[in-house]
Amino acid sequence: MPFWKRKKEDEFISLGLNRAATVEEQVIAQKPDEPEAGFFDKFKAAVTATRENIAERLDSVIGSRRKIDADVLDELEEALIGADIGVQTSLEIIDKARLQVRRNQLGDVDELKRLIKSELQAILDSTASHRKHGTVASETEVPLRIKPYVIMVVGVNGVGKTTTIGKLAHRIKSEGNEVLICAADTFRAAANDQLAIWADRSGVHLIQQRQGTDPSAVLFDSIKSAKSRNADVLIVDTAGRLHTKTNLMNELEKMRRIASREVESAPHEVLLVMDAVTGQNGLEQARQFAKSVPVTGLVLTKLDGTAKGGIVVAIAKELGIPIRYVGIGEQMTDLVEFSTEAYINGLFD
Amino acid sequence: MFEALSDKLRKVLKDLRGQGRLTEAHIEAAMREIRIALLEADVNFKVVKSFIDRVKEKALGQEVIGSLSPAQQVVKAVHDEMVEMLGGTSTQLLFTRRTPNVVMIVGLQGSGKTTTTGKLAKLLAETQNRRPLLVSVDVYRPAAREQLSIIAKAIGQPALQAPQLNDPLELCREAVRECQLTGYDTLLIDTAGRLHVDEELMHELQQIKQETQPVEVLFIADSMTGQDAVRSAQEFHDQVGLTGVILTKMDGDTRGGAALSIKEVTGQPIKFIGVGEKYDALEQFYPDRIAQRILGMGDVLTLIEKVQAEVDEEKALELQKKLAQNQFTLEDFRDQLKQVKKLGSLGKLIDMLPSGLFGGLRITPEQSAEMEDKLKLTEAVINSMTLQERSNHAILNASRRKRVARGSGTSVAEVNKVIGEYEDMRKMMRMMTSGGLGGMMGGGGLGSGGRRKATKRRKKKKKR
Ligand SMILES: Nc1nc2c(ncn2[C@@H]2O[C@H](COP(=O)(O)OP(=O)(O)OP(=O)(O)O)[C@@H](O)[C@H]2O)c(=O)[nH]1
Ligand SMILES: Nc1nc2c(ncn2[C@@H]2O[C@H](COP(=O)(O)OP(=O)(O)O)[C@@H](O)[C@H]2O)c(=O)[nH]1
Ligand SMILES: [Mg+2]
Ligand SMILES: [Mg+2]
Repeated sequence: MPFWKRKKEDEFISLGLNRAATVEEQVIAQKPDEPEAGFFDKFKAAVTATRENIAERLDSVIGSRRKIDADVLDELEEALIGADIGVQTSLEIIDKARLQVRRNQLGDVDELKRLIKSELQAILDSTASHRKHGTVASETEVPLRIKPYVIMVVGVNGVGKTTTIGKLAHRIKSEGNEVLICAADTFRAAANDQLAIWADRSGVHLIQQRQGTDPSAVLFDSIKSAKSRNADVLIVDTAGRLHTKTNLMNELEKMRRIASREVESAPHEVLLVMDAVTGQNGLEQARQFAKSVPVTGLVLTKLDGTAKGGIVVAIAKELGIPIRYVGIGEQMTDLVEFSTEAYINGLFD
Repeated sequence: MFEALSDKLRKVLKDLRGQGRLTEAHIEAAMREIRIALLEADVNFKVVKSFIDRVKEKALGQEVIGSLSPAQQVVKAVHDEMVEMLGGTSTQLLFTRRTPNVVMIVGLQGSGKTTTTGKLAKLLAETQNRRPLLVSVDVYRPAAREQLSIIAKAIGQPALQAPQLNDPLELCREAVRECQLTGYDTLLIDTAGRLHVDEELMHELQQIKQETQPVEVLFIADSMTGQDAVRSAQEFHDQVGLTGVILTKMDGDTRGGAALSIKEVTGQPIKFIGVGEKYDALEQFYPDRIAQRILGMGDVLTLIEKVQAEVDEEKALELQKKLAQNQFTLEDFRDQLKQVKKLGSLGKLIDMLPSGLFGGLRITPEQSAEMEDKLKLTEAVINSMTLQERSNHAILNASRRKRVARGSGTSVAEVNKVIGEYEDMRKMMRMMTSGGLGGMMGGGGLGSGGRRKATKRRKKKKKR
């Protein structure tokens, strides 16, 4: 399966471009229906890389014991909390386990592990039913006649928005789409330069204006430009902002309004980027961002570190926002689609 | 924003109140709540464990102090232990006489290193008379060096320009040379963000340290960090050797439990906190305030000091005199508004107070923004008046008002409203002059906070 699923068959094969395809593009173009084995493994490797995973912690308390006792449950609780899954969610899961242990429904530690895994799976899968009216889950849900497909990328400061956009642009472009990037971070020093380098790397066009310009004006410009170039996808970088700053959140809302006025049903996707190291504040971030813009998915970045990014579980549970992509490094190809199985298994083994 | 936490503690308080004696069961119950509160504040679970054990021990061994209820005693024990843990050796940057003194800035990707480098340079230059040179050795992130150059320009401090160099170590050497040649006494090195598990890049930091022999190696940590804070901080400390910590993005609503975790594993003092994206948003770190924030007790001291710093006492006295003589002009009115604005967002101010202080009064972000907008509008209107009009509003006839409206981009109705409000305030203030400065801040709580501290300070002055 290709990474980006919204495209015309023939355009895809021919790449729809006036230049020779890069080696990577040829590889992708040749086998559009192959599963992304490489990326999946990379993701898995990234999540598993950390030494201290849940299974290991459990093994260390269990030793030769097979029976589940209070120590085992305590250890498991700490493992979940230690992954930033959150006190509330962790306690709920453990309480469920405790109840089942009491009723003798859980024979041994393996069954306990299975229960925890399926609890997490259920939470992460539940996001599908949570979807807000009018939001899309992916590019496949927006008819091709609507152009450009607008992706807004938002989040607090320093989480990896711009880098994610560079990676995303590369992937979407290398599958034969005309991509345009809008530099609507007009606040941070050298934000334009940073994005320009990414645009250059991924070979896509960038629309930018002077620092200090109203971001909505840059967005308006970019949409106009996207239309005149008949671009397929417009990716909008925004300045990092804390969700507590009302004026900055209003600014985002204004951008959303501009997008929806200029392109039918836009923004089609709003990706909230979250750093894997984020603690419990992540839940409030998601809550507040979702109030200003219709957040359709999360991007969990920096999963190549030791942090597990468990706050996404709490966000999935409380707000029903699914995780779309995962950042596993600083290179252009270090972005993969989220997989619930790989993520949960990564926590365990 | 800290309700959940304080409510829980209050509940614990209530459960224990009136018991007379502190039993082990009480302490256990209280500690269970406190454990959850700390975990929700992102304190690492291992740190929570050892922390609770220590507090328990202290609380149990303690005799009941007459003036405190047992419950208060537990909370005090928790608070004191946390303050003790967060505090410690000097929070000042320690400089020697050599040239240059090198300050190395290190941390994970996106934690705020580059911005903080700029803030520090500005602070050192403006408050400690140092002559800093900035250098970015982030040769990896796109436009990282441009970012620091732009920041340097914005704060009016020099940054090393050496686009021909692409090696961090060479950049460091060149920067040191530049300092020695030009007489900059402080070199701030902004390093690239890196993961603590990246052996190659961690080695690079060791080399930079070896090469430049920094007096300070500051770990810049995002205050929103969760449980992993212990691991990254520990690794950075073990591999590079830190001398201090700066917590960034404290202007948000994170409880900042990472502070406790990082302090515990590194043992290094937290020297500053970052409270905004602008280059003057760097503040001193006060252990008691952060402890109160983690525990959800409201940051009363910060507020009082903020009010204190911004309100010019002399001006206040002068104003008092004017009020007494009924000479409070539109110009004074504008000055007052400016002071309110300088204090930052009103919502933020209210949030810094313990939730009980105003009997539960809360300002939503929307209300706060609305009030701020109104302040801006009022200021714009007054700015469009002539000096004469500002000192005597009575001359503002219809045509003058029309001009003011045009000049400030408002309507005559809005101008009328501003003048009306000014008249109301003048009336109100005259009524209050007998009571001193109360109400001058335009909000009861703020005024009284400022006044309390102000009188205290005045008294102190007399003593000296
Ligand atoms: N290791 C790792 N680093 C990442 C990842 N994604 C981003 N980064 C790094 O994190 C830092 C911040 O990334 P940016 O893309 O500038 O983040 P941003 O959200 O755009 O930041 P602001 O615009 O300043 O708010 C950079 O040093 C990136 O290289 C990732 O998946 N893994
Ligand atoms: N709100 C807020 N933002 C900050 C603070 N410090 C840094 N930032 C922002 O965090 C982002 C990353 O900062 P930067 O200095 O580039 O981080 P670096 O990658 O560690 O060098 C930028 O958007 C900064 O404006 C702070 O104290 N408060
Ligand atoms: Mg950015
Ligand atoms: Mg930087």
